[in-house]
Formats: sequence, C-alpha cells, structure tokens
Amino acid sequence: MANNILVILPHPDDEAFGLSGTLAKSIREGARVTYACLTLGEMGRNMGVPPFANRVTLPRFRKLELEESCRTIGIQDLRLMGYHDKTIEFEDKDKLDARILELLEEVRPGTVYTFYPGYAVHPDHDATGAAVIRTIARLAQERRPIVRCIAFSKNREEAIGLPDVKVDVRPFLKQKLGSIQAHRSQFQIPKLSPTELEDRFGTESFYTYKFS
Amino acid sequence: MQLIHPVQVQIRLNALRDQDVFIHLEMTSGAYAAHNDSSKHPSATFITNARIRYAHGSIEGAGPYRVGLKTENGWVYSEGLTHWDENDTERLILAGHDAQGKLVVALQLSRQPF
Ligand SMILES: [Zn+2]
Repeated sequence: MANNILVILPHPDDEAFGLSGTLAKSIREGARVTYACLTLGEMGRNMGVPPFANRVTLPRFRKLELEESCRTIGIQDLRLMGYHDKTIEFEDKDKLDARILELLEEVRPGTVYTFYPGYAVHPDHDATGAAVIRTIARLAQERRPIVRCIAFSKNREEAIGLPDVKVDVRPFLKQKLGSIQAHRSQFQIPKLSPTELEDRFGTESFYTYKFS
Repeated sequence: MQLIHPVQVQIRLNALRDQDVFIHLEMTSGAYAAHNDSSKHPSATFITNARIRYAHGSIEGAGPYRVGLKTENGWVYSEGLTHWDENDTERLILAGHDAQGKLVVALQLSRQPF
C-alpha cells in the first residue's frame, strides 16, 4: 500500500530528531505508520537529570517514553522487536532479515525509513540499516518500496553526497518537540526562541537508497 | 600481544561456543585517571572466572573491534579491543590498549580457569 510507511530503527528516540516531523506530516496527509523499534535502549547512559532510572528500570521508562513519543507524532502501530541494545550487529543475520521480511510482507509499505548503513555512527544503527537494505535488495525490483535513509556520520558528504530529500517540518514542530520531550530520560531541550527552534529542528533530510 | 586479526579471532570464537567456558571481562580507566585529569571519573570493573556458555559469538568492526557473545539468557559485550595473543592456542586473550599502550579493556575466554 503506497500510503503505508514502515520505520525500522534500533533505539527508542531514534525517531525523535531525524524523522518525527516527517512522520507527523505524512500522517496528517493520510499515511499509516508502523514503527518497528528493535531494542529498548537498555544500555543507554542517560538516566535522566537528576538520574531517576537505573540499569534495571531504564527499559521500562524508555518503553513508556517511546509510546508517548508515538502518540505525539500520531504513529498508529508500534512494534517492539525485543532485541537487546548494542547487539544488533552480532545477531544471526538470516534470522534478523527473516523478521524484517515478515514486517515488509505484512505492512506492504510504499516507503521504508531506516539508517544509512555505514554512515549512521552507532553500530546498532549501521547494522539495522544493513539488515533492511539486504532484505529489500533480495525482493524483485518491482516489489521494492522506496527506502529513505538517515545518515549523520562526519564523512557522509564525501562518500554519498548530499541528501536528495529535504522535508520542511516547521508546521509540525509541535509534534517533533513533543516527541523529543517524551524521551525525558534521554534529552533535555535547550531553551530556544521559536526562530532558533525552527532553524535547529525545522528541516529533516534523507537519502533515497539506490539499489544497483 | 599482536594486533587483532579478526578472521583468526572469529575461528577461535567458533571453537569455544556451545560449551562451558571461563570468562575474564574487565574495563578500567586506571586508578590515576582523576589524579591526572580531574575531569575524569575513575572507574574500573572486572569479573574473573565466571562460567558462561554462548551459542553464537562474533567479532565486528574495522578496529578497534567489538565482540558480542549470545548466551542463553543474555549477552556478553566488549568494545575497544585492539590486541590478542595469537600464540595462546588454548585460550582466547583479547585486550584493548589506548594510545599510551595502557590496558583499557580485556575479554578472555578459556576452558580452564584463569
Ligand atoms: Zn540510536
């Protein structure tokens, strides 16, 4: 279904800075979004300021934060995939790819959002993006959804150029800031003027993945 | 100690899976971290001769390397590994050394206690 969007990211909060405005915009335009979040960010070092979580309770807080973020954005369908933070790259690739394929077959998305493998800094980000790309590359060309990737490594522009998709999300800053604020164990939004907020958070950029 | 050869390490990891092995896992910022730089928080932790069994383990990255071992109920994870002892054929001795050559992290596996 062209109107279905599938988001595959490893950590609760991965959606907040890079994608939440775009998702809120697509949902306003009628999209149905399924967000598969691979882990609960169990190994995060931020425990709130002052710390209110610990290693045992952090995943519970982060699950609630993720659910609040999804409600704020308007995401209709959240899937918690049950992997453990920091371990995606060590998982059996065939099994991981099979679960991604199941999601693709069920959701039948027109567009998939994930991280650009190799240019997304955290090993979980790279491993998640790599699994999504591997799985979609095996589909027949006419069955492949559009894949939009988030990249933010320092070397990205020399390697893959500039992003080809830029989304003006200024009309959806309320949802985006709400998503960021929902992750209160992880982030504290700096006090900025409305113009500064628009400059800092008003645009989201993606690379459309080119399958060869 | 030699620079890690990931293909060789992977072969050793495969040889030690699906059996009880002893693990030494350690990370340290050094006892003098705060003495030398007051912004540093001195910390260290190790567990030695704990018994584990993993069904699946791999070394990843382009160096420094990461190792993850999937156990029945959880994971063993270590990041920042740079060196190994290629001459120790019985045990797998992995370590991460900083730019000054000091040990920062160690992951060791053996069928016999250390
Ligand atoms: Zn992340």
